[in-house]
Amino acid sequence: MKRDPLGTGVHVDADSLRVRSLNSRQLLRGGAIEGPNPSSHLEGADFERHVEESIMTTTLDKAVAWARSNSFFPATFGLACCAIEMMSIVAARVDVARFGFEAFRASPRQADLLILSGRVSIKMAPIVRRIYDQMLEPKWAISMGACCSSMGVFNNYALVPADKFMPIDVHVPGCPPRPEALMHGVLKLRKMVQEDPDMGWRERYQAEGTEEVVPELSGATALPAAVNVSAEEDTSGA
Amino acid sequence: MPDATGLELIAQELREAHGEDVVAETTFFRNQATLTVEPGSIRAVLAHLREQGYAFMSSVHGVDYYPHEPRLGVIYELLDMSRVDRIAVKLRVDSGDPVVASVTEEWPTANHQEREVYDMFGVVFEGHPDLRRILMPEDYEGHPQRRDFPIGGEPVIFTFNEGDSTGSSE
Amino acid sequence: MSPTEEPTLSEYRRREQSITLAPLHEQLEERSEGEGSTQELLTLNFGPHHPATHGVLRLLVTLQGEIVRDVKPIIGYVHTGIEKTAEDKSYWKVIPVIERMDYLSYYFNAMAFCTAIEKLAEVDVPPRAQYLRVIHLELNRIMSHLVWLGTSALDLGAISMFWYCFREREKILDLFEMSSGQRMHTRYFQVGGVIEDIPHGFEEKLRSFLKEMPSRVDQYGALLNRNEIVLQRLRGTCPLDAETLLTLGVTGPLLRAAGNPWDLRKAAPYSSYDHFDFKIPVGTQGDNYDRYAVRLAEMYESVKIVQQALDGLPEGAHITDDRKIALPPRHELATSMEALIHHFKLVTEGMRVPPGEVYSPIESPRGELGCFVRSDGSSKPARVHMRDPSFVNLQATAPMVKGAYIADMIATLAMLDPILGGIDR
Repeated sequence: MKRDPLGTGVHVDADSLRVRSLNSRQLLRGGAIEGPNPSSHLEGADFERHVEESIMTTTLDKAVAWARSNSFFPATFGLACCAIEMMSIVAARVDVARFGFEAFRASPRQADLLILSGRVSIKMAPIVRRIYDQMLEPKWAISMGACCSSMGVFNNYALVPADKFMPIDVHVPGCPPRPEALMHGVLKLRKMVQEDPDMGWRERYQAEGTEEVVPELSGATALPAAVNVSAEEDTSGA
Repeated sequence: MPDATGLELIAQELREAHGEDVVAETTFFRNQATLTVEPGSIRAVLAHLREQGYAFMSSVHGVDYYPHEPRLGVIYELLDMSRVDRIAVKLRVDSGDPVVASVTEEWPTANHQEREVYDMFGVVFEGHPDLRRILMPEDYEGHPQRRDFPIGGEPVIFTFNEGDSTGSSE
Repeated sequence: MSPTEEPTLSEYRRREQSITLAPLHEQLEERSEGEGSTQELLTLNFGPHHPATHGVLRLLVTLQGEIVRDVKPIIGYVHTGIEKTAEDKSYWKVIPVIERMDYLSYYFNAMAFCTAIEKLAEVDVPPRAQYLRVIHLELNRIMSHLVWLGTSALDLGAISMFWYCFREREKILDLFEMSSGQRMHTRYFQVGGVIEDIPHGFEEKLRSFLKEMPSRVDQYGALLNRNEIVLQRLRGTCPLDAETLLTLGVTGPLLRAAGNPWDLRKAAPYSSYDHFDFKIPVGTQGDNYDRYAVRLAEMYESVKIVQQALDGLPEGAHITDDRKIALPPRHELATSMEALIHHFKLVTEGMRVPPGEVYSPIESPRGELGCFVRSDGSSKPARVHMRDPSFVNLQATAPMVKGAYIADMIATLAMLDPILGGIDR
C-alpha cells in the first residue's frame, strides 16, 4: 500500500521508516521478511544510505592492519636514559594506554614492538639481535633516542648504531626524546602499519631468493620447523 | 685532609717502617694529599694507613700517563671516617710489565674496581680471585682507556662522504 | 637368571622407586638422611633482558631449590666509554657527556665534575649559584627516589605506586624544564656556577610543589608502610651489617639503613650545605625495609632543604666572574673587546686548567659519587674517572642474598637501587 505523506507526488510504502529499515536489515541478512507487508522495505537511495550506515565493508588486509596497529605489545627493553622517558609514556601525563599500547610484555615471544631505548653497547648488540629474532612476525622496531639511531652523543668504540644489526622502522631523535616525541614516533608507526600492511618480510631481511630449511632431526620425529634463514651473517651467541 | 706537615709525618713513618724507597714522592695539591709509593709495597702501605685510621677505601682507579714513563698508574683513595680525612696512594708501573699485587683480600671493595683497571688499562693484579674483563666483552682485544687506543666511532656522514659504505643494512 | 639375582636397575629407575606419597617435607628429610644426598645446584642466567633487573644487569644465580647459594653479577652491557669520550672533549663539552653516566641523577654527575674542575682551576662559586645548585641537586634527589620507589613497588607487585610517583616526577621535570629548557640531562651546571639564572615563575611553581610534596610522600607511606605484603617481603630480608658494608665500600642509603649515619653533606659539606638544617635518616636493622624507609624519609628532608634554600636565596651572580672560565654575558660582547676575545677563546678552544690531579666526592642519591680529574694543562682533560656508587654497591649483592629466597633477591635488587648507566659508564 502506497501513500503520499508530503503531498509531493512521491509515493512511499505505508509502514514507518523504522519498520521499513528493519525489514531491509532482515533482507540483507538473508532472511525472509515477516509481518503484514512483506514487500515493505527501503528502496533506492534510502537503501544505499542504510547500507552505508550500518555495514562496514573493507578488505581483509585493511581490517587486519587496523587491528594490528591498534594493539602493539611493546617489549620491555629499556637500556639506559631513554628507558626512563619510555616509562614516562606509560605514566599518566602522556598516556600510551589511550592508544592501546600499555601492555608491555616481558617475553619477546609475546611482543611485537621493540622500542630500543638507550645506547646499544657492543656487548649488548648480539643480545638485542637475539631478542629481536625471538619475536614472532609481524614485528616492528622503533629506535628511540640518538644513541641507537646514530651513535648519539658518544661516537666511540663502545657503541653500535642499531641500523647495523637489525631493521628499524622508525627512528625517534632526541637525547632523551620527550615522551611526546616518542608518542609521535609510535603513532607514525601506527599510521605506517595501518596503511601498508605488506611489510615485505623478505625484503627487510634482504633474504630474497632464500628458502626455508627444515633441520634434519635424526631419530626423533621431524617436526617441520621453519627456520628464518638470513642471507647475511648469522648473529648468535651472547 | 692531612695537611702538608701531616702528610710528611705519614711519609716519614712509612719510610721508617718499610724502608727508605717505599715512598717515592709526596704531593700536597689543592688541599689533597697524595703519596706515591713503590708498586711492590702497596699492601704494606695500605695496611699501615689502615692502622692510622684510614679504614675506608673509596676508589681504585687507573690513569695512563702516556707519554711519561712509567706509564700506567693506579690510585687508591682512602678515607678516614672518624676524622673526615682523605689520602690518596698512587703507584706507577711500566706498560711492559704491569703487575701489581691485588689488595682484594684486605679490602673487598677493590674486587670489581681492580677488574675495571685491568680491563681498561691492562694492569694485572696478582692474587685477584677472579681477574677477567668486566666492562668489555670477554674476548675483546686491547685496553680501551689507554691514551694510544683510538677512540673509534662512526664517521659522520656529510654530502662529501655520503656514498661511502658504512656497512649498515639500509 | 635365578630369581635371587636383581636385574641391573638404572639410576633413574632406582630413584623412581624412592618416590613415596609422603608429604614433601618428610620426603626431603628422608632424602637428606639417606645416602650422602647430593642436591643439584642449578645455575640460572638472569639475563640482561629481564623485567626485574633494573637495567641491563646480568646475574648468574646458583640455586638450591629456591634458595640462592651464590650470585655473580656480570655487567658491561651498557658500557659507553664515557670516560674515554670525555678525554676527547674540552672541559665544558665534557659536562653533557658525563651527565649521561648515572642517568637518574644527572645533576650530581655534573656537580661532581664541576667541583673537581673548580678545585683544579681554583674558581670560586658565587653564593647564589651555590644555593641554586643545592635546589636543583635536592630536587634531583627527590626525583631519583621517586623513580626508585615507583619501579621498586612495581617489582614487588604494588603496581599503582608507579603512576603516583611518576605524577610527582612530572612536576619536578616541569621545574627543570623551566630553569634549563630540558627535562633530563639539562647541562645546567657549568664550571663556576650555573648556566642561567632561574626565570620568573620558577619560585612560585617550586613553592607550590614544595607545599604539596610532603603530603604526597605521606600518601606513599600510607600505601606501603603498613601493607602486609610489603612488610613480609621487606622486613627482615637480606640484612647486612654496617661493618661488612664498609669493607665492601658501600655508602649512601644502604649504609645509613644499616645504622651508620655517614653522609657527605654533613661530614664534608660542599656548596653551602652547612647553611641548611636537615636530618640524616638512619635505619636500625639494615634489612630491605630499612633501606626503603630511609629513602622515603630522605624525600622529606630534601623538601626541607629546598625550602630553606629558596627562602634564603641570596642575590648576586649565577656564575663566576672569571672570564677565563665562564662565558661573559652577551651584552658585554657588544662593548668590550676583552669579553669578545674571551668568548672566542672559550668557545673554540675551551678553558685551560692548571695541571694536576684532583678527586672530588659528593653525596648522590646512591652514595658517594666521586670525580677524579687529571689535567695536563691543556684544554682537554687527560683523565676523567667517576667513582660511581652503584658500581661499588653492586659488590654487596652477593653477601646480601646468599641464603635467601629468589624472591628476596628480587626485592633486594630493587632496594639496592642500581643504575646500570653508572655501573657501566
